[in-house]
Amino acid sequence: MPGRLSAIASAVLLVALAVPAHAAAIEITMENLEVSPKDASAKVGDTIEWINKDVFAHTATARNGDFDVNLPAKKSGTLVLKKAGTVDYYCRYHPNMKATLKIEP
Amino acid sequence: MFVRWTTAIAAAILLSSPALLQGARAADKLTNPQIAHIAYTAGVIDINAAKQAQKKAKNKDVKAFADDMLRDHEAVNKQALALVKKLNVTPEDNDTSKALSKQASEKLAELDKLSGAAFDKAYVANEVAYHKTVNGALETQLIPSASNAELKSLLQTGLKIFQGHQQHAEHIAAELK
Repeated sequence: MPGRLSAIASAVLLVALAVPAHAAAIEITMENLEVSPKDASAKVGDTIEWINKDVFAHTATARNGDFDVNLPAKKSGTLVLKKAGTVDYYCRYHPNMKATLKIEP
Repeated sequence: MFVRWTTAIAAAILLSSPALLQGARAADKLTNPQIAHIAYTAGVIDINAAKQAQKKAKNKDVKAFADDMLRDHEAVNKQALALVKKLNVTPEDNDTSKALSKQASEKLAELDKLSGAAFDKAYVANEVAYHKTVNGALETQLIPSASNAELKSLLQTGLKIFQGHQQHAEHIAAELK
């Protein structure tokens, strides 16, 4: 009996280990031509949601070409992070809007 | 020294924008209906310039810039219309708006005669000058004169976005050389 219990326990543990920690959703706001937070940290597998509160269309465009998310006025856009690294991104329409995403493995 | 520079800059802005000088001296207080009319007119002018550029521009950065101008100025003007409706303000035509429109139609006609790289260069140079003038007017006349908080805030957002346009235009102008 104890043997069976520990077997179940280790099975549960294995399952827990096999499934990565629950992926987080991270919100980044674009309002009045500012990105907030300007520096955000996330992990591979997390979802970034950019919320455009402006009446202007924006984009979240990675300088290294990793992503280019269109954000129409008053709309949001999401991206699931696939690759670790520090990515600088900006708005193609308003290049003064700049921000950084730190993606950990 | 600071005051002297500020005065010099203000003078330079005023001198470079005869239309705005003609319509309202810095000391004149513009009313909200007049401010709304000037801001909207200024937007329409740049929208028309962008539409002309979409048809005539050759350079892809210049074309993209015209698309940006159309998108942003239409968004600001849409917002301005919604605001005047909400505030129950009827925009009031005035000498500044009239002078701006007159200058702009002359510029459109002038640019219309150009084509290819010559058009691109002239359009971008005018966009730099035009945004400089409008931004100067926003800073020194329109924003300080606006007595409604929502109108002031919309003008401030406008200034911020138009300063970006000016930088963008200056950047393209430098690359076209």
